[in-house]
Amino acid sequence: MNTDLDIIFENLSFAYHSRPILEDVNLQIQKGEFASIVGPNGGGKTTLLKLILGLIKPDQGKIQVFGKSPEKAREKIGYMPQYAHLDMAFPATVLDIVLMGRLARKKLWFSKQDRSLAHTAIDEVDMAAYIHTGFSELSGGQKQRVLIARALCSNPSILLLDEPTANVDQETEENLFSILKKLNMDMTILLVSHDLGFVSKYVKSVICVNRRVVIHPTTLMDGALIKDIYHGDLKMVRHDHRCSEGGHSCD
Amino acid sequence: MITGAAKEAIPVIEFFNALADPDNLFLQYAVIMGGLASISFGIIGTFVTTKRIGYLAGAISHSVFGGIGFALYLQVKIGLAWVDPIMGAIFAAVLSALIVGLVSIYAKEREDTIIGTLWAVGMAAGILFIDRTPGYFNLSSYLFGDILLISFKDLVYVICLDILVLGISILFFNRFFGVCFDSEYTSLRGIHTGFFYLFLLVLTALTVVLLVRIVGIVLVIALLTIPPAIASFYARRLWQMMVYSILLCTFFTWAGLGISYSYSLSSGPTIIILSGAAYLVLLVIHKLIK
Repeated sequence: MNTDLDIIFENLSFAYHSRPILEDVNLQIQKGEFASIVGPNGGGKTTLLKLILGLIKPDQGKIQVFGKSPEKAREKIGYMPQYAHLDMAFPATVLDIVLMGRLARKKLWFSKQDRSLAHTAIDEVDMAAYIHTGFSELSGGQKQRVLIARALCSNPSILLLDEPTANVDQETEENLFSILKKLNMDMTILLVSHDLGFVSKYVKSVICVNRRVVIHPTTLMDGALIKDIYHGDLKMVRHDHRCSEGGHSCD
Repeated sequence: MITGAAKEAIPVIEFFNALADPDNLFLQYAVIMGGLASISFGIIGTFVTTKRIGYLAGAISHSVFGGIGFALYLQVKIGLAWVDPIMGAIFAAVLSALIVGLVSIYAKEREDTIIGTLWAVGMAAGILFIDRTPGYFNLSSYLFGDILLISFKDLVYVICLDILVLGISILFFNRFFGVCFDSEYTSLRGIHTGFFYLFLLVLTALTVVLLVRIVGIVLVIALLTIPPAIASFYARRLWQMMVYSILLCTFFTWAGLGISYSYSLSSGPTIIILSGAAYLVLLVIHKLIK
């Protein structure tokens, strides 16, 4: 077993109501990777995350996380769902939400240690000033940071983020990525991006998902490749201005 | 007549006088029942509101009617003297809670159909059983409740329920919190969310059975969801919402009881109209402030 690989997909296929979502996926994620998962809507991005989490099972092939089944590896995976799926009016403070990351089968109540870990995680996403603020009173970007803190609170080795840049402005997005860059020193990060063709300068690889899955180092990304991934549907490709900055060579 | 005039002028005083009269045991029971039951209503109502399963509670409460009818049928027609309508109510409520719970876990797309079916079939079965049972039954007390019919036995039931609901909610608070806010994430933390969801529904079912005694089958959803809905304007945390809901629910049942007694109105509908009106007024105020 190659210990440098966090996640391995082998000949994996998944269909939903006999409609193929992912086909013949072979993918290896290195430890310390910082990858953006891109692709058209319904192309299978969220499905890929849910397979890694073991929330759904592949129809064919297999997936291993840290050399184990996803269910067994789950404890070391931090997950940030799309916050739009959550109840925005739910009565809870930032601390209440982040403490969910300390939920465990074996204990009923949170210990002092759980609380101090939650405080640390909240510090890491720069939300310490809001610790007792109601979740519903926060802006979209702040909610996302709280959900990242919740994922961090479980002390993960892999961080999975589903659309962390949805509905946030440019500045919030910059802040988010500088936090993620810092976290990437300790953990593997995979994030789903709704922005087709958009890649942050901190991202090391791009995983393109459209029924088939291909991973590219960002240095090799170019317009032709993106065009190929989206079957030439260039209307959907938006090149963010940062796309040409840093690690890209758009020749 | 002086007493008549006093009654018209200050009905509240009249209500308190009646309450102090040892002959009016039913009224004292009603007041104690209202306060004690509010503990379970506030806690379970908060879970139901935040998990947004008010309609599930509605289906459970309507299925209770089928259970009551069945129990009356067994008791009177078949002659099983030990059968009590409340047993039928509990049986039907728990059964329908498990059915809707399992359906919503395993066949989400069929959920609304199943809920509608349980809702209507429960009512229909209740009426048919009562048709086949000799004797007269005061249907409206089942449908709209009658807190003034509360017996000592009901007080024992409500104390047992309060202990159960309080104990379980304190013990599993964090798990229920997780199930209500973000079930998927909670299951990723190794918590068996399906089990706790069903557990919550069964507790809801038991609470609904008691609610039926006070406000009746038709009005249950209102008393279960209005106090938490008001509480949610002011509460920042889940447990605060529960405490506020308990206080509001107590206030509404007591005030509704006082008004219904003073003006000879049905207690259940009075309680509901009062809480509904309070909710609308506070909703408008809340929106205006924001």
